[in-house]
Amino acid sequence: MAVAGYLDRRGDGARRREIVTPEGIPIQFTLASIGERATALVIDLLIIAAVVIGVVIVASLAAPGADGWVGALALLLVTLLRHFYFAYFEIRGHGATPGKRAAGIRVIDARGGSLEASAILARNLVRELELWMPMTFIVASSLVWPDAPAWMWVVATAWLVLVSLLPLFNKDNLRVGDLIGGTLVVVQPRVQLRADLADAAARAAPVGAPAAAPGAAPGGVGGAVAAARAAAAPRYAFTETQLDVYGVYELQVLEGLLRGEAAGDAGAVQAVAEKIRAKVHYAETVRPGDDERFLRDFYTALRAHLEQRLLFGKRRADKHDR
Amino acid sequence: MSASPAADATLRSVQFRREREGTWRQLEALLARVHDKGLGGLSAEELATLPHLYRATLSSLSVARAISLDRALVEYLDSLVARAYVVVYGSRERARRRIGEFLGWRFPAAVRAARWHLLLSLLFTLAGAVIAFEMVTRDSDTYYLFVEPSLAQGRDPSASTSELRAQLYDEHDFDHGLTHFASKLFSNNSRVAIMAFALGFLAGLPTVFLLLYNGLMLGAFAALYDGRGLSLDLWGWLLPHGVTELLAVILCGAAGFLLAHALVFPGAEPRLDALRRRGRQAAEIVLGAVAMMFVAGLIEGIFRQTVTSLTVRYAVAGGSALWWLVYRGGFGRARVRREGLPWR
Repeated sequence: MAVAGYLDRRGDGARRREIVTPEGIPIQFTLASIGERATALVIDLLIIAAVVIGVVIVASLAAPGADGWVGALALLLVTLLRHFYFAYFEIRGHGATPGKRAAGIRVIDARGGSLEASAILARNLVRELELWMPMTFIVASSLVWPDAPAWMWVVATAWLVLVSLLPLFNKDNLRVGDLIGGTLVVVQPRVQLRADLADAAARAAPVGAPAAAPGAAPGGVGGAVAAARAAAAPRYAFTETQLDVYGVYELQVLEGLLRGEAAGDAGAVQAVAEKIRAKVHYAETVRPGDDERFLRDFYTALRAHLEQRLLFGKRRADKHDR
Repeated sequence: MSASPAADATLRSVQFRREREGTWRQLEALLARVHDKGLGGLSAEELATLPHLYRATLSSLSVARAISLDRALVEYLDSLVARAYVVVYGSRERARRRIGEFLGWRFPAAVRAARWHLLLSLLFTLAGAVIAFEMVTRDSDTYYLFVEPSLAQGRDPSASTSELRAQLYDEHDFDHGLTHFASKLFSNNSRVAIMAFALGFLAGLPTVFLLLYNGLMLGAFAALYDGRGLSLDLWGWLLPHGVTELLAVILCGAAGFLLAHALVFPGAEPRLDALRRRGRQAAEIVLGAVAMMFVAGLIEGIFRQTVTSLTVRYAVAGGSALWWLVYRGGFGRARVRREGLPWR
């Protein structure tokens, strides 16, 4: 698919996953990395530990001498947190426990349906096997199996390592729980709308300012902005033949350049402008130092040209696409 | 639009963005608040507009993909829609309603749909029990093979009949030690039960082992007491909570077999799809079983130690058996007939 095509070129393509929403429209997510998931897990474990320790301290202060009750309460709490902490918060928090929220990741349904409670339950009950059992064994094997032979400890450690590394060995970074629940862990999408390079009015706004404050009607363009727009009218014009040289890929590379994504290369704008002028045989002269303006005008013209073709169902992927 | 020459030359995609941006910003602002405060942070009215804003933005996304070559715009809409999607299609029913649904029909329906797995699980437990019973009846030393000393707590062949009997009727105060005992039992049982489920992922073999082992212990106990003519008393001691607890373990075994079934014999479905469908069904069975164990733990820790009348003990055992039968057999049948099973 064309959209995925250019996103792939951004480098994180291998981690992009497309799901189809119930409305039938494909949307893209980025898989959470192992590091992000490990961070989330560690935060959640710390929270669980803090809660248990806190409750035990408060309970023993509140009811001194009632060690039996405190012990029973602590054990019950540990059991409930162990089995249901993750499931509870993932159900309540749209697929994110506090740790996941902090790490900026969340759980989604791998097929694009709604995230069902049973799926969350399934993926988290398996933690018993993947996490708690081996962890208890490594930390305090005498609790699980008194007088366990030393080799058992080695086996448990190997098991934990093997299972926790499973996400490294499949392309979707799935752990056993994800397989059983049919879920994916993805990065919480970051939302930032940047000014449209082809919109003269928006372009006239100072760089870095939001294109429009939330709620402000974008159609309501003030007089000052209209003047700015007139000032920003194209200075350089291009012919059909000149615009026919490039395709969508080149357009979006140019967009990246103009948005300052090609950092650390100050001469890039001039170099690219010269390259384009040579390629399209641009006859008119461009004032020295006006290369960026030239590129913006070229971008706007090229986009208008390509979008026009798009309306007629012709999408030109790149310059080789005839 | 104000008619400057530049405005006439405005790209369609730019025009499109100017018209729709308000909706997107509105959705963005709502989502930011949901992210900070949860859905509870929205008013009823805002909650109702959320799906509309989501659908409107979704349609913007598909239009943008068709007409706009502004990469930043398409990426923004993609992220915004993805972010709204997790909120709109995240789980959203209220907790109380969900619990009602679960107990009212999903749990019994999940168990009914797994009846063959349940039968298998029951058979392994019974097989273990019969084997141990026979072996211990013939040679009481084999008892030690099946029951660990820490679990037996003095209930072994070396104990005298009166000691064994005393254990069954020992009245305790309702003291701290007992509550601890009850919560410890619950903790251990639920862990074993969840393991029986999770180990289904290893083709169900460890689940078989766990069920057999559970049965063996049961059989060994039964044989020990039977040899001293205490059968009636033992079952009176064991069954009031045991009906619920054993059923819960067997249910978890069945959940493990569901996973194993999906992995080993996925049938016409792709293996992962089968696993996902049965995994969800199994997870609900396990959740119900853990709740049952909580109840069993309460009965065991509190009721059993305070009530010593054999008649009452058997009445409770019989009553709970009858209840589970009615509950499993009847609850939610009409709903399943109407809507089909909820796991797809």
